Amino acid sequence: MKRLKSILLHLLLVGITIATIYPILVVISVSLRPSDALYSTSLSLIPDGATLDAFKVILTDKPFLLWMRNSLIVSLSVTIFGVALASTAGYAFSRFRFPGRRVGMIALLVTQMFPATMLLLPLYVLMRKLGLVDSLLGLIVAYTATVLPFTVWTLKGYYDTIPRDLEEAAMVDGTTQIGAFVRVVLPLARPALMITSLFSFMSGWSEFIVARVILSSQSLYTLPLGLEGLAGTFQTEWANYSAGSLLVCLPVVLLFLSLNRFLVSGLTLGGVKG
Amino acid sequence: MTTWISRYRVPYALLLPTGLVIGLVILYPFFYNLWLSMTNMSLYHINDPAFVGLRNYGEIFKESELYSVLGKTIIWTVVNVFFHVALGIALAVLLNEGIRGKGIFRALLILPWAMPQYIVALTWRGMFSYEYGSINLMLTRWFGLEAVPWLSDAFWAFAAATITNIWLGFPFMMVIALGGLQSIPKELYEAAEIDGAGAWQRFWRITLPMLKPIMVPAVSLGAIWTFNNLNVIWLVTRGGQPADSSHILVTYVYKAAFTYYRYGYAAAFSVVIFLILFGFIIWYLNRTGALQDGVAR
Repeated sequence: MKRLKSILLHLLLVGITIATIYPILVVISVSLRPSDALYSTSLSLIPDGATLDAFKVILTDKPFLLWMRNSLIVSLSVTIFGVALASTAGYAFSRFRFPGRRVGMIALLVTQMFPATMLLLPLYVLMRKLGLVDSLLGLIVAYTATVLPFTVWTLKGYYDTIPRDLEEAAMVDGTTQIGAFVRVVLPLARPALMITSLFSFMSGWSEFIVARVILSSQSLYTLPLGLEGLAGTFQTEWANYSAGSLLVCLPVVLLFLSLNRFLVSGLTLGGVKG
Repeated sequence: MTTWISRYRVPYALLLPTGLVIGLVILYPFFYNLWLSMTNMSLYHINDPAFVGLRNYGEIFKESELYSVLGKTIIWTVVNVFFHVALGIALAVLLNEGIRGKGIFRALLILPWAMPQYIVALTWRGMFSYEYGSINLMLTRWFGLEAVPWLSDAFWAFAAATITNIWLGFPFMMVIALGGLQSIPKELYEAAEIDGAGAWQRFWRITLPMLKPIMVPAVSLGAIWTFNNLNVIWLVTRGGQPADSSHILVTYVYKAAFTYYRYGYAAAFSVVIFLILFGFIIWYLNRTGALQDGVAR
């Protein structure tokens, strides 16, 4: 009986997992299609005459590597700034009591409720005034601000779970509070730092709407803008688009899987002790 | 004054950079948008917008469009979040049942979360294609059903976007629920088992109530993200097609702003969306009691 139940549970899970990864298998399948079989009504995952041509086209005929370079610059900068700013701000919210603390925390949460349409046009006007339109720096500043509320809350929540005694012990030994933060708290907060880095990187890597408003030069296009162009033009590009998508997904998927073990522990969402 | 500053110098210094960036990129646009919502700025008045007071707001509430789109937005949010949470918790509980290869299943099940939304949306769009999409091919070939007009019928287009978004969102809830499950003491289950509680009862009496404190913030965040999710609806239904029938509030405004260039109107509509969402979240947090003990403790 117990054995039967276990087998059924495993089967159920296998079924759900296959359904979950099916769309990803479809992308792989389309990317392998030869260009004369784009309108295919076959359900087999490895198409007849499977070829890697689309990957070749993407990497040589399209400015894919340029888009990737731009995306890397943006995403890495957002990660560095997003996590650096959030790690200190989160610490202030977690360890200090000061006027405006509660208001600040709630204001961060409220910014999450602003619809994108509310900020897009004003953001464009502002970036024009600052001369940041059509520059990667403009994009970096915009993305950093959008990831901060989430990263600050996540880090604050994680710091809350670290006992204060550890910092106090270090401070008795003559370190300042900032010294204790850097040498004691930050290393302990590694899971949360990993997770917030991952999110910052991903939001820079996948964001599309703000990029379309801020960037106009093709030479500055990030991956989402470039790929969208491929999906938008001719149906013949479908295989190229899929190959490009896979190349875009690969780094984030690898990052995700390598940080998998931090996911559960790093996300404490605002002070719920896990 | 100087003592006040020196007393709080450290926390304020730590917060300063974050405050500056958020002030510049989020708060300034917020107030600019408020001003914009009281002007007639559009493509015709791009350089000479005139102050029109609350006229845009009046226009929004006069249009019957608002109520039907609001209704769809609520259905969209409730259905999505319900399935995200239900699937997330179910899978988390399943994974905790001593499954062999738990790590592999977990890694595969979080993959949708790792995929960029726009790629997911365009991929599912292809899968929903009437003639060539694999979903219709499966329905007709394997189950002998009629092909579903996924993208050309108002109801099915909305369903297609919803299915896509459910797929995208359940891994987040699953990961949160997995974290929550680890914090439930094993003794509770042992005691319940001794008292003769079945698996079903243990789930409803122990697991769910114990998960609540960790799920409530995740659900509010999930509801906010879903309510304002522009990407999925926009890309799956190609801008609200067929005939603008599958809009939620945020895609409706996006169209008003960037397809019809009604900037003042769109700005006012954005403020209305924000206020609706804000009211809803405050109501939800109050109801679940999270506002008293959870936020900004």
